[in-house]
Amino acid sequence: MARAWVFGDDLDTDQILPGRYAPFMVGQEKFAAYAFCDARPGFAKEVRPGDVLVGGENFGCGSSREYAVAALVKLGVGAVVAKSFARIFFRNCVNLGIPVVESADAIALVRDGDPVTLDAASGVLRTPQGDATIRPLAPFAREILEAGGVVAYLRTHGDFPPTD
Amino acid sequence: MAAQGGRDVVPPTDRHKTIAEHILSRVSGRDVVAGDLVIVPLSRVMVHDSVIDAVIAGLRDLGKERVWDTSRVAVFVDHAAPAPTPVVADSHRVLREWVRAQGIQTFYDAGEGVCHQIMVEDGYCEPGTVIVGSDSHSNSYGAVGAFGAGMGATDIAVALALGRTWLRVPESIKVTFRGALRPGVTMKDAIMRVVREIGTDGARYACVEFHGVGTLPQGDRITLAGMTTEMGAKAGIVANAPEAPAWLRPDPGARYARAVEIDLGTLAPQIAIPPRVDQVSDVSDAAGIPVDVVFLGSCTNGRLVDMRQAAQVLRGRRIAPQVRLEVVPASRRQFEDAMADGTLGILSAAGAVIGSSGCGPCLGRTGGVLAGEEVCLSTANRNYRGRMGSPDASIYLGSPYVAAVAALTGMIDDPRPYLEAGDAEFEALVERRRAERGERGAASARSGDRARDLLVAVGERHAPEVRGMEVDD
Ligand code: SF4
Repeated sequence: MARAWVFGDDLDTDQILPGRYAPFMVGQEKFAAYAFCDARPGFAKEVRPGDVLVGGENFGCGSSREYAVAALVKLGVGAVVAKSFARIFFRNCVNLGIPVVESADAIALVRDGDPVTLDAASGVLRTPQGDATIRPLAPFAREILEAGGVVAYLRTHGDFPPTD
Repeated sequence: MAAQGGRDVVPPTDRHKTIAEHILSRVSGRDVVAGDLVIVPLSRVMVHDSVIDAVIAGLRDLGKERVWDTSRVAVFVDHAAPAPTPVVADSHRVLREWVRAQGIQTFYDAGEGVCHQIMVEDGYCEPGTVIVGSDSHSNSYGAVGAFGAGMGATDIAVALALGRTWLRVPESIKVTFRGALRPGVTMKDAIMRVVREIGTDGARYACVEFHGVGTLPQGDRITLAGMTTEMGAKAGIVANAPEAPAWLRPDPGARYARAVEIDLGTLAPQIAIPPRVDQVSDVSDAAGIPVDVVFLGSCTNGRLVDMRQAAQVLRGRRIAPQVRLEVVPASRRQFEDAMADGTLGILSAAGAVIGSSGCGPCLGRTGGVLAGEEVCLSTANRNYRGRMGSPDASIYLGSPYVAAVAALTGMIDDPRPYLEAGDAEFEALVERRRAERGERGAASARSGDRARDLLVAVGERHAPEVRGMEVDD
């Protein structure tokens, strides 16, 4: 079962991946190992494919660096659930294929380390303390995410999904 | 002129639109307002050296051999140029080979200048269209009424492959300037005043629409539009630019998320206190802070007019002995104009190092980076920790006038008394400041204390700790 990693408000991309560990500084092979190295030491070693990050307001703010999201992809993070997202982080997640869902109550309900399940079909995040409601994704973003990101989507379909 | 790739007929609507809503409706051929998702054709895609490897890899992953339209792609070598290390030189070589293989004609190699300056001054920004760039200051294209937005490597690769991108139509913030600037005050001060008001994330994903400044010179408008990035904006557009077509204006009754008014007539020179762009105060509050390095340049303030303002202060004089002055023209045209009218001669005679056109030390990759503990007064747009070199250096942001006075005296000061003074009075002012600064080499220690005091005075925004923004351009 997926494990929840809980963070607070205004988690910036520098906490997700400090600039000094950018791919062009440490190489494509290594950079993901530094995810949350300052904010949550041990994260990169302990995180398991499918794990869910849970945050408050403005998740992924700060620098627009795409490689912060690329690090989460490499580590197999299954989804990010937060009250709200910084725009570019949201965009980067959709593009690189990490489900990003808004939930007003998840942060209050989930405790760090909880086993959780994201049930997008029913619109809930299941937690030991009960279900948190998640806001359904726009069809446009959902289609890209289901394909595994914008590159995979475009390889199959040759064009963006319809927006309306 | 028809919007590139859009429709010639604006869809009929009774909704009152902002400029961003007008542009995105027109180019997408749909009647859209803030919050709607649109797929838009791009009139141009801008790519620069610092992300080229990732962009080429992205195109490869997309299975695309070629960009969608070579005539609509502009490529620049400006961020670490001329190449400072063998690794960067290799990357530039890969870039040049790619440009040649693709058959892209719009290519500006090292020394031609900063991408944004060239995009605007060489006419690559068609007003009323959407342009995306691999650089966060692509907002600059709003200087001539284009919707310019910066994006990450995957988005740029997709844009190059398809000639289109997806966007959520942003809300807009209306900034209205009233009155006229007094001598010694510039539009850099005006935009810093706006950032002071709105904060570094106050315009997050919004479009900042500027009113009352359409008649200003193009360079001033680039300063305004480009610095909307420092408020988190998706785009920044100057209303009523002379380049823009008549339809490019907001409807009366358009809906704005926020409105801000700035009175230029009472504006004093501003200063941004490290390490945040929105920690802004009147420069007089920072008077007496010693500096080691002055940087005059960047897409924000590296034009002829900026160099002339500095030359006005430095003509016939030498900079303070403990100070280094780096002048980097924003483009070859600005460089040559400043050479032709004698401005560069004045600055060189004053002791300036003149760098080749480009980003120079603005992002700390080349051309005179800062040592630990050094204090810099920069005319650029970012002062985050580590932006211009050592993470232990401090960067104050100000206008070219403030920069020139700092170079001359070794201290931050209000430039207006110098500009108003007669010769004797001027020399007395300089002598007094130089004496105050004394023989001290590095300015650091005292400046750090002053910065902390000032932060208390201006009301510190969050923790003054924004780490790692340095790698974003
Ligand atoms: S902000 Fe500085 S680094 Fe970025 S484009 Fe402008 S001059 Fe270059």
